[in-house]
Amino acid sequence: MALYEASATQLLSQLESGEVTSVEVTKACLEQIRKHDGEVGAFLKVMDDKALAKAEEVDKKRKAGEAVGMLAGVPVAVKDLLCTEGEVTTCASKMLENFVPPYSSTVVKKLEQADAVIIGKTNMDEFAMGGSTENSALGKTRNPWNTSLVPGGSSGGAAACLAARMVPLSIGTDTGGSIRQPASFCGVVGLKPTYGRVSRFGLIAFASSLDQIGPMARTAEDTALFLEAMSGYDPNDSTSANVPCPLFTQTVDKPLEGLRIGLVKEHFGEGLNGEVEKAVREAVAVYESMGAKVVDISLPHNKYGIATYYIIAPSEASSNLARFDSAHYGHRCDEATMLEELKAEEDALRAAGKEAELKKLDTPLIRMYRKSRAEGFGPEVKRRIMLGTYTLSAGYYEAYYLKALKVRRLIREDYDKAFKSVDIIMGPTAPNPAFAAGSKTNDPLAMYLEDLYTVTANLAGIPAISVPCGMTSEGLPVGVHMQAPALEEDRLLRAAYMFQKATDWHSKSPSM
Amino acid sequence: MSDQYDIIIGLEVHVQLQTKTKLFCRCSTTFGASPNTQTCPVCLGMPGSLPVMNREAFQLALKTACALNLNVPRFTKWDRKNYYYPDLPKGYQISQFDLPMSEDGFLLIRDPKGQFEPKKVGIIRAHLEEDAGKSMHDEVAGKADTRIDLNRTGTPLLEIVSQPDMRSPLEAKAYLNELKLILTYLGVSDCNMQEGSLRVDANVNLHIKSEEPKKVATPIVEIKNMNSFRAVERAIAYEATRQFDEWQETGKTIKDAPKTTRGWDDAAQITRPQREKEESSDYRYFPDPDLAPVTTTAEEVEAIQTALCELPMAIRDRLHDGYGIPEYDADVIVNQGQIAVDYYEALALKTGDAKMSSNWVQQDVLRVLKERDLEFDQFPITAERLATLLKAIMNKEIDTTRAKDVFTQMLESDKDAPTIMAEMGIEKVDDSAIDDLAREVLEANPKAVEDLKNGIQKAVGALIGQAKKKNPNIDPGTFRAKCIELVKDM
Amino acid sequence: MSSLTREDVEKVSLLARLRLSEDELTKMTEQMSQIVNYVELLNEVNTDDVEPMAHAVEQYNVFAEDVPHQSLPREAALANAPKSDSECFRVPAVLGD
Repeated sequence: MALYEASATQLLSQLESGEVTSVEVTKACLEQIRKHDGEVGAFLKVMDDKALAKAEEVDKKRKAGEAVGMLAGVPVAVKDLLCTEGEVTTCASKMLENFVPPYSSTVVKKLEQADAVIIGKTNMDEFAMGGSTENSALGKTRNPWNTSLVPGGSSGGAAACLAARMVPLSIGTDTGGSIRQPASFCGVVGLKPTYGRVSRFGLIAFASSLDQIGPMARTAEDTALFLEAMSGYDPNDSTSANVPCPLFTQTVDKPLEGLRIGLVKEHFGEGLNGEVEKAVREAVAVYESMGAKVVDISLPHNKYGIATYYIIAPSEASSNLARFDSAHYGHRCDEATMLEELKAEEDALRAAGKEAELKKLDTPLIRMYRKSRAEGFGPEVKRRIMLGTYTLSAGYYEAYYLKALKVRRLIREDYDKAFKSVDIIMGPTAPNPAFAAGSKTNDPLAMYLEDLYTVTANLAGIPAISVPCGMTSEGLPVGVHMQAPALEEDRLLRAAYMFQKATDWHSKSPSM
Repeated sequence: MSDQYDIIIGLEVHVQLQTKTKLFCRCSTTFGASPNTQTCPVCLGMPGSLPVMNREAFQLALKTACALNLNVPRFTKWDRKNYYYPDLPKGYQISQFDLPMSEDGFLLIRDPKGQFEPKKVGIIRAHLEEDAGKSMHDEVAGKADTRIDLNRTGTPLLEIVSQPDMRSPLEAKAYLNELKLILTYLGVSDCNMQEGSLRVDANVNLHIKSEEPKKVATPIVEIKNMNSFRAVERAIAYEATRQFDEWQETGKTIKDAPKTTRGWDDAAQITRPQREKEESSDYRYFPDPDLAPVTTTAEEVEAIQTALCELPMAIRDRLHDGYGIPEYDADVIVNQGQIAVDYYEALALKTGDAKMSSNWVQQDVLRVLKERDLEFDQFPITAERLATLLKAIMNKEIDTTRAKDVFTQMLESDKDAPTIMAEMGIEKVDDSAIDDLAREVLEANPKAVEDLKNGIQKAVGALIGQAKKKNPNIDPGTFRAKCIELVKDM
Repeated sequence: MSSLTREDVEKVSLLARLRLSEDELTKMTEQMSQIVNYVELLNEVNTDDVEPMAHAVEQYNVFAEDVPHQSLPREAALANAPKSDSECFRVPAVLGD
């Protein structure tokens, strides 16, 4: 097996035994990126020199018999919305095209402490808003299984670089399905941890009460390893869960006895692609063959998930993205042109004697804000800022935002009830396999409705995973979605491992 | 103020809490640092940064809430107040909206001169929020860029909102004085208005007395930019007159016009209209998802209440009732702060003469502090040493006039009163010496003896003068008594 | 329920500090109306006596101690500023304040 195809777990054992060096592994990955990323476009930035320097440092440490971190010498990719000190962090937005953070996110620091080799920063939907990575202002990412298709999103680059065997581990973030859906589209594993399991400090926020960083990999063991490396309480994040972090690597290979799987009837209804349904039902059958019991359950408020999500997420986003006002960092419009425009408008209004409109004209500062933001943000980001501003504004707050917060609780309570009778809730990750680039960009609502299976885990704060479970007739991967109660990532990882022991979907790779 | 209208005044006070670090990050809050040297990703509003609440700030706020008789609910939370301004780098201020950390309290105000009746001024709420940065405008042309310093961004503020319970500029000033005093006694804020650690906005309107059954209210004006309590007093007085004139001219009432904002121009001593922020009322408050709510138990609040220091109003009463000094005296001393109170009490206890001690603190100590522009804790003479001097007066070892000379010398040197008195040759004259001296002087002044016998008391004055020349240490009172006694027997 | 007008959207665009062209306004009005109509689905849920849920996980009283940390050097604080001088961020004159 080529080095770039090996899992992180395999690489670590080879690195430990001295069979290979981190420099060799890193070079193999860089070479794979050089070969294929022109076509895939997973990376916004590849940090060759820094990566090789780190690989060399780790090799030296190993040689000298010094203690090394748990990811020592393994290349990882980082989604470009995690701040990396001294390295441009763009969120795939023109707004932050030149933004160099003066600090690193907690997760990046943890990876550095684990001696991982950070190889580059991956493309995504601008500010993580989207499900196809087509909203990136800085690059196109395509699905390695078929480059006319999208990789999913928002962690599209993160999933694509795994599928294309460019890197064994890749960080994603998930606000409404942004790890799980691209994992499903690209045939890799993606886990959204319990809200608070992984520190959000240094994650450029989309919707703070929903955002969560998580591991993406090609196997359950790697996912466990990566999650263990990035998790843990962080005093810099007030919403970080102050609980000890389990050693996922030590339990991942222990099968779950007497597993009770819950199937939500409505998840297999209208709108679900037949081939996706077939693959997921077959996956359920695999579990049954291993002794799992299947229970039909009901999550009565699940159907309100999308509506709830598309009020709460934009509301929070409208506030989170207010900081991009071009005053302290980020894109600023050309001031001279802006002032000229303003002057011309003023003259025109004055000449026309429109005093009332003259009074309403923006001040230069307000015009600077409005123009800079109009130039810096793409259409989807603007749409969500507008929506969220509207749903929070005077007269609408109660009808929309507050109402959504209440339905959110009902959605959570449905889960609480369901998990009394089942251990895992299983279903499709996305209603459809990867779709053609450009095919859905004109209908935002249709795009939003694709998130129906994933958003409720974010609303409830519970962990969920997508695991490759089949292929369509066109050879596109399908993912099975599993959800567990808060802090039970361990259960999801063990279930994924069991499945991978019994099947070989996870080892399928696209022909590049 | 006027028999034509009542002035209705409510005050919003922002005080900076005396923490070492900011409300949501651990940058220093020290005043006066070079621009933009006390910032970090959190207070710069950098993408990805997250707030973490300062424990001490919440404790100081709780203390204040207890002192202002506010109820502390079991649950409070953080909200975002969204608006754009270049000194607000996140595009929102973290504040408290519908569930503040304290509400429904009051503050007692009293005027020892009796210019208004004692009253309870209601306090609607006190809540925590973060301060904004500083914008420096081009004052001259208004054309150059505005410069932004974010050192102050994120400093903890407590916003204390009163009920519209005050009825005169004097009451407003008394409220502010008392509030400031309480906050400084608690050590919650230094309340330095020059440094912006205490800021006041006033909401003012008039209830005009009219023949009709219902009174007429003028539109509410919020006055900003007042940089001293005196300015608050003057701005309110000015605004009352202005509103009355405007009402007479336009007849506009609160129903015809929304609340407007005016700024106090201290140089011109007038208020001027301020440009309203657009859509200023739509702050789109919502709970901050980055911060956990705070719960407080009744036991915690009780513990803080119990540990609270004695508050100014209680000290005034104690000085008045316990030491027997006039209310006015107690007020003057308490207004000087806790250190003055401690000083006074030490002095009064050592001398055993509360009124005399009060006089000395008010007249001599405060005069020196004022002349030398010193704070009370910088006063060079300890209460113990001053007590020795006062005791000498009480024991008639020295008269008051000469005691003031000794006092002056004590300020200049670190010698105590007995040392200085010895150097000046001041010592108590014993009874037999006074007796001798009185006989001597009376003998030499038969005319005076005659006058005294005829009841002309003032004759003794000249005798005291002569005696003082012979022995400056005699106590005039004792000498006078002796003379009168001797003359009786003659 | 309510239908979203172009004027509403224009007002929101000022609140959100976004400048939208005429075409963008038209499209935005249409798309926002569609989404707003969809989310009104929530009206069919009875939420009487339901506590709003603003956080994914219920946590309380998360504090840090009042101990200063090292602030950023000024150059680092100003490094990303679109416009600054040696001390301060700079923005167009704030008028009328």
